[in-house]
Amino acid sequence: MPLETVFAGIKLRNPTVLASGILGTNAEILIRTAKEGGAGAVTMKSIGPCEKDGYANPTILEWEHGLINAVGLPSPGYKNTEEELKQLEKSGIPLIASVYAHSIEEYAEIAGFAEKFKPAMIELNMSCPHSKGEGMPFGLDEETAGQVVKAVKKVSGKTPVMPKLTPQALNIASIASACERAGADAICAINTLGPGMLINPEVRKPVLANKFGGISGPAIKPVALRCVYQIYEAVKLPILGMGGISNGRDAIEFIQAGATTVGVGSAVYYRGIGVFKEVCDEMVQWMKKNNAKSLEEIRGVAHGH
Amino acid sequence: MTETPETATIKKISQETPSIRSFRLDFPMQAKPGQFAMLWLPGIDEKPFTLTAEGKECAVTVQEKGKFTKALFKLKEGDKIGIRGPYGNGFSTSRVKKACIVAGGCGAAPILLLAEELQKQGIKTAIINGARTEKECLFAERLRKTTHDLYITTDDGSLEEQGFVTAPLQRLLEKEKFDCVFGCGPEAMLKKVFELCEKYKVPCQLNLERYMRCATGICGSCVLGKWLVCKDGPVFNSKQLRETEEFGSKALLKCGKDVPIKEFAEWRQQ
Repeated sequence: MPLETVFAGIKLRNPTVLASGILGTNAEILIRTAKEGGAGAVTMKSIGPCEKDGYANPTILEWEHGLINAVGLPSPGYKNTEEELKQLEKSGIPLIASVYAHSIEEYAEIAGFAEKFKPAMIELNMSCPHSKGEGMPFGLDEETAGQVVKAVKKVSGKTPVMPKLTPQALNIASIASACERAGADAICAINTLGPGMLINPEVRKPVLANKFGGISGPAIKPVALRCVYQIYEAVKLPILGMGGISNGRDAIEFIQAGATTVGVGSAVYYRGIGVFKEVCDEMVQWMKKNNAKSLEEIRGVAHGH
Repeated sequence: MTETPETATIKKISQETPSIRSFRLDFPMQAKPGQFAMLWLPGIDEKPFTLTAEGKECAVTVQEKGKFTKALFKLKEGDKIGIRGPYGNGFSTSRVKKACIVAGGCGAAPILLLAEELQKQGIKTAIINGARTEKECLFAERLRKTTHDLYITTDDGSLEEQGFVTAPLQRLLEKEKFDCVFGCGPEAMLKKVFELCEKYKVPCQLNLERYMRCATGICGSCVLGKWLVCKDGPVFNSKQLRETEEFGSKALLKCGKDVPIKEFAEWRQQ
């Protein structure tokens, strides 16, 4: 199969990955996203230290060129995710357990918990742009990002660790390098862009309850591609590239920028849960038409010009 | 295409019961019975409500419960409100020649459009409408206009039969053959309706509820097992319900914690 991919040692039937924060609220929907939807791997919604409701609605809206969201990292608290993690472990579906926290110690605590259920990978959300004191503050400077990775690597055993980076960092490639030096096994880029906002002019008020939220979908694809391109030149680690991937051709662009796997999130809104299978079919069609025998052959080919 | 809320003016407010009001909005929405809209009160919240009128204008019917509905009840005719929709699948009336509808409490809201639709299609329909008391019985008169076969139950016996909707439903299933039983109401009631339908081998379509955020099938807040209530639902058929352990047993709170349906129902009352 031309789409089979090995990512940080994990064998995947295809390179599409459900992005965190989309659909991943229980085991059943994640299993459905893999089985019916066709995702090569799925990411569970980031789990945090304690029970947290997130913001009031509106939290997620589609505007003209993408989505904007400020859900506010709701979480049942990591200890309440045990049943879901067990069920997912039993299912055998490649699962990326995503973690957010308020401190370096907390990242290690939650990642250590997740590791017991043998997920395919642990994702470190150090990039959520709309939640105070969580996410993005850890991904903005090299030292902090490195410390988080280092602390998690001490408790993660054989499970690969993948920080998810923010395009708000002044130099995303140097953050990726710091994570590589700290022992990261892969890099995920990018989280939502922004924050941005919407105003309803008739109501004369911001639309999101939190006013500001992260932007995703087609609008951010050029920024995401640039980030993946720069990270590829800075590190040797495999990259899970995402940001505005809506079809097979978008995915091929990310592979050519240097990504090994491709995340799909907002496109679930545009094309439904079957978007993963559709993206895969479109990738295969593109490869046939353009005489590419494998993804390996085209990975990173946009570099060096 | 954009999915951000638009503004609508409240044209008419009707007091349906002491705790339930209908809000008619000057906002066009073509919807099927069982579909819903997201109503936005800036600075407060945005919540899903089933549509009780559609077409050139739409309406929602709301029970005063928590923070959002209390704020909604403070609004007057002429005030503005945010709205987006319609969302969800709605009831399917195809291949139905004889129907039974079961409604409990404010579960009569999505049933109204359905009953009117079935009447329009000339489908013979029996309706069972349950309420706590006579005063809280929603849409009894409007439902009566759609059928000759209306049964009302009240918890306290203040109107017609005392007891739950399941008693007349069982009697009907015993003697008549329906192509489909449609239902909306508290999930504990719907679970019993489902079990009766299974026993009498009658297909059903039940309108369910979970905490909702995006309404467009991406955030996963409203999961019911592997289903998304906002997109795959809110109406589910017997086959789907059969393979969904969470139906009548568990639901996610706003934080995503999986709790028994009773705890979820109590939280929803706040």
